[in-house]
Amino acid sequence: MFSKKARSRLSIFIVLLFLSIIAIFFIFKSLEKNIVYFFSPTEIYNKSDISFNKIIRIGGLVKKNSIKKDNKFIIFTITDLKNEIIVSYEGIVPNLFSEGKGVVAEGKLKDKKYFVANKILAKHDENYMPPEVKKALENSNN
Amino acid sequence: MLKKILPNKILSLNSNIINILIFFLIIFLVIGLIYSLVISPPDYIQGDSVRIMYVHVPSSIISLGCFSFIGIASIFILIFKIRFISFITKSLAPIGCIFALISIVTGSLWGKPTWGVWWVWDARLTSMLILLIFYIAYIYTWKFINNFERANKISSIIGIIGLINIPIIKYSVDWWNTLHQPSSLSLTSLPTIHYTMLIPLAIMFLGMLIYSLIIFLTGYKIEVMKFKLSKKKNHE
Repeated sequence: MFSKKARSRLSIFIVLLFLSIIAIFFIFKSLEKNIVYFFSPTEIYNKSDISFNKIIRIGGLVKKNSIKKDNKFIIFTITDLKNEIIVSYEGIVPNLFSEGKGVVAEGKLKDKKYFVANKILAKHDENYMPPEVKKALENSNN
Repeated sequence: MLKKILPNKILSLNSNIINILIFFLIIFLVIGLIYSLVISPPDYIQGDSVRIMYVHVPSSIISLGCFSFIGIASIFILIFKIRFISFITKSLAPIGCIFALISIVTGSLWGKPTWGVWWVWDARLTSMLILLIFYIAYIYTWKFINNFERANKISSIIGIIGLINIPIIKYSVDWWNTLHQPSSLSLTSLPTIHYTMLIPLAIMFLGMLIYSLIIFLTGYKIEVMKFKLSKKKNHE
């Protein structure tokens, strides 16, 4: 079907493809820790080699009824529905920061359950809808 | 239709076809922009900044699609040495490049009011930036290497290496924790975008697709013409 040259190029290509897939697989396996943008509370909980003085990011949902504001400070709980971490932060939070929504906090761990943040990012989820639909959904759930 | 894309047929592409496409482009863009900027509702938490999505998502899809084609075509170019595929990939690259740039810029404009930052180095954003760099490398290889065979070979290698990045961009939000949200549209499950927002998104996507088609067809025709001219010159 193909010319002889094309066939030999094709076979070289297939061999290279196989080798590169294996190589890439191992590269990603070893890079996994660096690619992750934030850790969930459960990942922190299970981690054995935590460095408490390094800046890391943790993320999850803001636990309902956990936000406590006191003129400058804000304290809230990040949860992934299995484990929780208490976060304290001094400063202004983004507009979209609210209870039950995603959040990523950057800062240092004091211990496995307590985190001091110096930056708060709001994480948006994949749901898009008009306010009326959201209201209707909430009404039907109650 | 597909036969029209063959190098000898593309030369018969006249301004009539382009004019019809421009006519549709204007219709889609006018309806799409009015729908997405005026008629469609604001989001329940993002408010009006959700409207950035109507440009951001189609640009991202088109830039990913263009590079997927370039990457797969590059394999065929290297193995089977079919020359006219190079003209196609060469004229697709600037389109994908500009849409990758639009995607990054609009995403950044959306990120500031939503996340609170313009840019973060999470897997999705970083891999998208890498795609833009691959596009620039691909385009500049064609620009600066005058020998066709050499430029063809080097750009195809760039295309194939860049192809690895495509699934990484697509699945980065599923494989790793990222600040960027997971896809709202997928083949296997229902969209998580309400239909009042999905319709303007679809119209904008079609509009931008027609725009890309116009730019591609004219660019491709010019590439073929250039090649025929240089061949003629060599004969004389």
